[in-house]
This record gives sequence, C-alpha cells and structure tokens, in this order.
Amino acid sequence: MLEIKNLHAAIGNKEILKGIDLTIPSGEVHAIMGPNGSGKSTLSYVLAGRAGYDVTQGSVIFNGKDLLALNTEERAATGVFLAMQYPVEIPGVTNMMFLKSALNAIRKSRGESELDAMQMLKVLRGKAKEIGLSEEMLKRAVNVGFSGGEKKRNEILQMAVLEPLLCLLDETDSGLDIDALKIVADGVNALRSPARSMIVITHYQRLLDYIKPDRVHVLAFGKIRKSGGAELAHELEAKGYADFTEAA
Amino acid sequence: MNASTNTLAKDLAEQKYKYGFVTAIDSETAPVGLSEDTIRFISAKKNEPVWLLEWRLKAYRQWLKMREPKWAKVHHPPIDYQAASYYSAPKQSDKPKTLDDVDPELLATYAKLGIPLQEQEILAGVQERRVAVDAVFDSVSVATTYKKELESHGILFCPISEAVQTHPELVQKYLGSVVPVSDNFFATLNCAVFTDGSFVYIPKGVRCPMELSTYFRINAENTGQFERTLIIADEGASVSYLEGCTAPKRDVNQLHAAVVELVALDDATIKYSTVQNWYPGDKDGKGGIYNFVTKRGACRGARSKISWTQVETGSAITWKYPSCILQGDDSVGEFYSVAITNNHQQADTGTKMIHIGKNTRSTIIAKGISAGQADSTYRGLVKILRTAKGARNKTQCDSLLIGDKCGAHTVPYIESRQPKARVEHEATTSKVSEDQLFYCQQRGLNAEEAMGLIVNGFCREVLQELPMEFAVEAQKLVSISLEGSVG
Repeated sequence: MLEIKNLHAAIGNKEILKGIDLTIPSGEVHAIMGPNGSGKSTLSYVLAGRAGYDVTQGSVIFNGKDLLALNTEERAATGVFLAMQYPVEIPGVTNMMFLKSALNAIRKSRGESELDAMQMLKVLRGKAKEIGLSEEMLKRAVNVGFSGGEKKRNEILQMAVLEPLLCLLDETDSGLDIDALKIVADGVNALRSPARSMIVITHYQRLLDYIKPDRVHVLAFGKIRKSGGAELAHELEAKGYADFTEAA
Repeated sequence: MNASTNTLAKDLAEQKYKYGFVTAIDSETAPVGLSEDTIRFISAKKNEPVWLLEWRLKAYRQWLKMREPKWAKVHHPPIDYQAASYYSAPKQSDKPKTLDDVDPELLATYAKLGIPLQEQEILAGVQERRVAVDAVFDSVSVATTYKKELESHGILFCPISEAVQTHPELVQKYLGSVVPVSDNFFATLNCAVFTDGSFVYIPKGVRCPMELSTYFRINAENTGQFERTLIIADEGASVSYLEGCTAPKRDVNQLHAAVVELVALDDATIKYSTVQNWYPGDKDGKGGIYNFVTKRGACRGARSKISWTQVETGSAITWKYPSCILQGDDSVGEFYSVAITNNHQQADTGTKMIHIGKNTRSTIIAKGISAGQADSTYRGLVKILRTAKGARNKTQCDSLLIGDKCGAHTVPYIESRQPKARVEHEATTSKVSEDQLFYCQQRGLNAEEAMGLIVNGFCREVLQELPMEFAVEAQKLVSISLEGSVG
C-alpha cells in the first residue's frame, strides 16, 4: 500500500509537483496520464529517490515505512522498482553480472542469503525465458547496443528478477512497436500479484489496452486533476488534455 | 549527490589500505647514504663475484652524472638520495633451507597479506591450480616455493642473488641486455644498488606448469626498494608470471625503483602481470611510495610474444612504461593496463612498442581512472622502423573521470618509417554519469558498489587478461581503490 500525501517537489527553485495526493492499495495497477511536462517522470524519480529532486512538503508512506527518509538503495531494498524511460548503458558490465550484484545486494539487505553463480544462473535463465529474452542477452553489457524494444524488455527482466512490491513504469511504451508493446505488457501482466502495486506512466491509451488499470489519474501542472476508472483513459484519448489548465 | 552518498563519502574518505601494518622484526640495515662503499657493502652481503661488483660500480659512476627525468607529468619535492638506506634484510643466522626454517614472524606477515607460502598438498583427484611464490621482504628474498618441482622441469625460479651464485653464466649473459646500464636515471640507480628480485629461466620447449609469482613487501622504514627481475624464456618455452606489492602506511615517501627485463627467444611466450598496490599515501597526499620502475621485454626470437598486463592502484606516484622490443619476425607485443588514481595520487604510465622485425604486431589497451584530485597520464610510443615490413599496431586509450577535480591526459607518440605499416589509435574520455550511478542504486547497490561495478566494467577488457587466480582479487582491488571517491 502506497500513500502519497500533499507531495511537493522541486528541481532547484522550480516547483514541479504541487501537492500530489495518491493512494495505491496493494495488488492494484494505477495509470498516470498527462501532458508533457506535467511532472509524471518527476513523480517517479522522487519516489525512487533520485538526487537533485527536493521534496519540500508532504509524505510518502509505503507499507508503513516513511519512504522519503530512505536513500535510493534502501528504497530499492524495500521493494521500489523504477523501469526507466531511458534505460542506462553500462559498458563492460554484463546483464548477468549486473543482475547478480543487484539481486544479492537486495537479498543481503533483507537478511537473505546471497545466491551463488550457479543458483543465479538458474534464476536468470528462467526469468529471461518468461520475458522472451534470449540467454545471449544475459551475456551482453547492460543495455549497450540494445534496440529500444530490447532495452524495455530488459527493464521488465530486471523487474521480474528483483521481484519488487512497488513497480513504477515510466513511459515503458515509448518507442515500442506494437509487437514489442505486447511483449512488455505481457511481462508486466505476469507480474501482477496481490502483494504488488504498480504505477504505469504513459501518454497514450494504447498501452492500457494491454495492461488494464484499476484506476486512471490525470497529472497536469503538478497535481492530480482527475481520477477515474479505465474508461477515463478512453475519454482522454478522445478529448486530449485541453480541459486541464493550470488554473483548473 | 544526495546527502546519504555524501556521508558515505566522508566515512570512506580515509582510504582503507588494509596492508598498512608493520612487521616487528630484527633487521640488518645498511647505514644511511649512498656511496661506492654502500655498493661494496651490498655486494659483499650478497657474496657477489667481482664482475658484478664492477658492473654496479660502473653504473653508480654513470648515475652520478645523470639527472632525474623531468618530462613526466608528475610533481614531487626533490628526493634526497643520501637520506635513505639502500639495504635492509630481516636478520637470520643462515639462509633458510626449507620453509620450516623461515622466521615465523615473516610467515605470519605473508599469511596476513594472503600470500600462500605453504606448498599445497596435491589431493588425489583434485588438481588445484597452484602458484609458486618468491617472497621478497625489503632487500632480500625470504622464501621461494615449489622450487624442487619446478627444477624437475628444468625451470629455474629463485632469488636473483641466488642465481648469481648458481647460474652466473645466464645472469651475466642477460643482465642489462634489455635495459642497458645507462638507460635512465632510475634504472641506472637500480643497477648500482639492486638488492634482490626474482630470476626465472624456462628451458627450451618447456611450458611452465604453474603460475610463478613474486611478492614484494617493503617493511623497513626509510629504505628504498630496488629489486631486479630477470625472466628468460628459451626457444618454444612459455611462462605466466605475476608480481604483487604492498607496503606499510608511513608519512614519509619511500622510493621503489625496480628493473624488470624479459627475454623471449624463438616461439617463446612470456605473460607478465602486475597487481601494484603499494601504499598510496593518505587522503591529503601525505606519504606513499614513489614507484619509478623500468620494465622492458625483448622479443628476440621469431614468433615470440610478450604480454604485459598491469593493474596499478597503489603508489603516491607511478612512473612506468612496460615496453616491448619486437626484434624477431612475426613477434607480438601486448600491453593491457588499468591505472587508478584517487585522492592525490599521480600516475604517468604507458608503454613503448618498438617494431623492428617483419610482420611484428602490437596491441595496447590502456584504461586510466582518475578520482579525487588525482592526475593520470597515458604516455606511449609506437615506433616502427624501416625493417618492420607489415608491422601493425592497434592502440586504445580510454580515460574515465570521477568527480570534477581530477585530470586525465593522453600523450601518444607514433613514429613510423615503414610506409606499409598500419597503426591505429583510438582514445576516449568519459565520466561516470549520475544516470549510471542512479540506475545501479535504484537496483539496490550502494554508491560504492555502484562505482565499483561501473569501473570494473570499464576495465573489463584489461582485467580479463589477468590469470584467473588473480582476476577476482583485482576486481576487488579496483573497487577498494575508489572508496571515498563517490560524493
């Protein structure tokens, strides 16, 4: 269960989030839609704890924990996962190595035993197969030379391996063709579970044909301006965001 | 960086150098200062033949006329060569004949450093890969393992001081044949005052059955270490050799001026790996080793190959250019280097590839990482003589910067007199990006782990050249060296 109350955040002197109120019960998938520059990505960075984003007011409680008091890796350990809009390349570090380091770091912080190379390989092979990624991809350097679709699928693979409790998908659909979109959506759907909350950030209704949200929120000018069921997405698709002005 | 990484950086700012301890042991140390008498003292201690004493004295007289090189991009206060002692050896009544005779205090020191001085028993059915070690403590070799087994293959692996006694003809033939006595200020000084080091001879057609390694330890205060290593691979022979080095934490700079000479005859291969972890000084740049080293290999024979791999993480100042003279036709030279500088460390390192024979090939991959206020320079020369028809070189220099107070410099020289030679040079400079760090941290790694992972990835091409036994250690070392660099 994620509870965001009156969240204000700024980059430097510029206030981007101007009082976000949002509650996501465990097991639900919420979509956040909104025009460019409305603060969608900022919200996901603030939740993940990226440096450079100052929270000036408000609170974020996740499963009873004060998320804002934790640093980035501690948030990851409590189960926060951000699938990024632009996954980062890490030359020379294989996907395998990266996932092994990440999973073991998270397991360690949870007081679980670290997996050895053989156990890890087994886990990774299984997950890669589920996502439809070849084993070859595990041996390649993280996101280096990956196509747009491969990068996004790689994010889903990481999500599947790390088994987070709060998934933030930041425009995971951007730059994907319809086939890649389906694969990514299938991956996400496979990860839906009663213990897991998801925030799907997107511009387009299209993704929501494949990932059915429990709720849809419109974020514009730093605030949630409207919330509704899945039908709200269709309405937005038809009418655009013209109704949402700064004054509204 | 956010507040938490800043705190972390502060906690780690005092670099953890876990080899900084001092061994309490009685030593016999030469009086401070350098003169012909000092050299006679060292030579007498080693019971050397007259020719070697004369060789040393000749070098010393030459050295008096030489000046320290000034062209490297490093800065340090003038070194007072009369203020150090040039010989220090742990006291022992007789040279230990077996490992059981070695001072337990020394054995404990090496155990603490993680260096195996016990020969492992070979268990039935379990073929562990073994490593033979020559342990040099200050000015002398204190133990060499697996000597007997190696001798059964005709391989000589012993302290050079011992080789002078047992195989003077080999030593006399090859000593100074790759790095001439008058080569450079520090090499000439080494010729005059060298104390110990390793000697390796691999006979014709023999592949050395295990890794050979020398472990250098400076322990005594106010002494320099001047070791001398000579490796000869006869026709068709091959050997993989590794050197490691550490020193206690001290406020005063100590000089380490070694010379390494490699000779590869027809079809011979020498792989020489270094994991250099001398004390780098504290976070304010106080103390640390001046590592002024001359390393050179001669590919004398046709189809011979010399490969240098170095991971340079320690020392206050590093000045070294492991080089290959590619005389034999179709001979191959390789240089793979990772140089990490943090806090106030300075490194000016690179290689020289001198192509003389036909169809000689060389590869250079140099990775420089600078953090803190450190300065790192790649300096290299690729020289192709007229005779080197069909010569080829490929050079790749990558620099990685961490923070905004460090520097990285690349100074490649290319001289070709052979119109048909092919030379490629590629260089990149990049920074560890905030994006990369955030990405790793979002996946659960802390800032230090994230930095370690990213930098290890950057160095991967070089680290994978290290022998398996040391690759994992080197990866850890790379991460440790960068502690305190995030923030």
